[in-house]
Amino acid sequence: MAIKKICGIETEYGIVHRGTDDPNPITASSILINAYLSDLGRSGGSAHGAPGVGWDFEFESPEIDARGVMEPGAMPPEVETHMVNAVLTNGARYYVDHAHPELSTPECADALSVVTFDRSADLILERSMRAADALLPEGQTIVVYKNNSDGKGNSYGCHENYLLDRELPFGRIVAEITPHFISRQIFCGAGKVGSELGASATEVPFQISQRADFFEEEVGLETTLKRPIINTRDEPHADPQKYRRLHVIIGDANMSEVATFLKVGTTSIVLAMIEDGWIARDLRFDSPLAALRSVSTDLSLRKPLPMATGGTATALNVQQYLLERAVEWSDSRGFESVGEEVGPMIIDRWTRVLSSLETEPSEASTTVDWIAKYRLIEAYRERHGLDWGDTRLHALDLQYHDLRPERSLARRVGLESICDSKAIEQGTSWPPLDTRAFFRGACLAKFGDDIVSANWDSLVFDIGTEPLRRVAMMEPSRGTAAHVASVIESSQTAAELLERLGT
Amino acid sequence: MPEREQIRRTPAERPETTVDENPQGSETGEKLKAELDDLLDEIDEVLETNAEDFVRSFVQKGGQ
Repeated sequence: MAIKKICGIETEYGIVHRGTDDPNPITASSILINAYLSDLGRSGGSAHGAPGVGWDFEFESPEIDARGVMEPGAMPPEVETHMVNAVLTNGARYYVDHAHPELSTPECADALSVVTFDRSADLILERSMRAADALLPEGQTIVVYKNNSDGKGNSYGCHENYLLDRELPFGRIVAEITPHFISRQIFCGAGKVGSELGASATEVPFQISQRADFFEEEVGLETTLKRPIINTRDEPHADPQKYRRLHVIIGDANMSEVATFLKVGTTSIVLAMIEDGWIARDLRFDSPLAALRSVSTDLSLRKPLPMATGGTATALNVQQYLLERAVEWSDSRGFESVGEEVGPMIIDRWTRVLSSLETEPSEASTTVDWIAKYRLIEAYRERHGLDWGDTRLHALDLQYHDLRPERSLARRVGLESICDSKAIEQGTSWPPLDTRAFFRGACLAKFGDDIVSANWDSLVFDIGTEPLRRVAMMEPSRGTAAHVASVIESSQTAAELLERLGT
Repeated sequence: MPEREQIRRTPAERPETTVDENPQGSETGEKLKAELDDLLDEIDEVLETNAEDFVRSFVQKGGQ
């Protein structure tokens, strides 16, 4: 039986510091985050933020490979411990990573919750820009972009994480989820003008995915060089005997809420089906890397791709098959693993988007980023009689992802909203109620002064007596409001809380 | 191989369409087109003033 698909998103945002001769992205990212944290500190302290609490690296081990062996010559990702690194009262982590501001949402119990916290993350970045600009000298400004490429060959990620049953053999995950990652681009690609693999504007005027140009391996441990479709980082941030965390590095950052919902929702369902042994057919593409790029550059969605078992299929065919299976799977197994209320919404959205893509793709321009972006750019191009290589089209592409509401083009193309605006606002300071993120966030809000550090699976308290007290949270579905809200509420001090928790 | 036939069933019979075409008489299509025209009418006020500079200076360090 599939386990609950607890999931989250980590986004590295593009950053530009204008009005200075010598912009440095690490400095700019630090200014941005520190400005936000100090605004939180000023505006009332612990109810809204815990700016003093740092990240705890004790158990970080990104070099462990899910295949059980170290790849010869592989470069394990480095853990950067010296830069700004904060934990927020919504359970999120907000930090500087690889010269970008990065925000990891708290662990969420379903796809709708992830979209809401992803939008809360965007709002936090928007407020950070305002806070930074208030501190910067006249004429300087920091601008943040939620995209994945600078159009010059440099890419940065938007990663998803899903909780998986440790018993599931890794080889089966690779074989069965790779076709989904290649084909799901057709509804979760964020769109890009041109190619970063040297193709001309005539050959590739526009493509579906921001990221497809940057993948060079099918499976591997790397995330910054020779990126693999399946990342093998084996760092569950939970009980390693019971769980895996699938670290998905291939997705685009989406501006469309529906696209994020579909990206996380369909992937949750496909992973649950894999756990339940429901993918009855071998869907592997004959050449996954070639297929990835071919799907990204085929705007007609009609190009047949060779399959490993012989014959051909389009990305749309593979998605239609997965949806068919998902409907049968949910009839038989129910939606418990992906959310009883949210599961049917995923199936409904999935059905609608595939139907539009099959018959009239422009109908999906209110939900699918690449289609919204393509229609805008194509219409602008026609109106001004521009060629596909024109810089103005690249500018429109970048500005689609600008997070300033007054500049963002994504906000102007009629994208449908599915998140409650109050929930987005609340998500900037309060955690989800239904995962362990609740315990992290609620403790930071109430006892932030007594917490020395935090990470995904523990909190370290200093209650004035030696030694420091570490509270382990190895079960992502425990520490919810139902489990611990009353004990946190009724504890006057952190010491009292720890005593009641029996630690 | 019925399985393979099923997965191949779709692409050949369908007419070629691309995303920028709206079918004649589609109400949703007409509405979307009208909204797009309105956006293009006012987009210059929002766009970065110097596209050349903006695109050239948008350089990021590679990340994950």
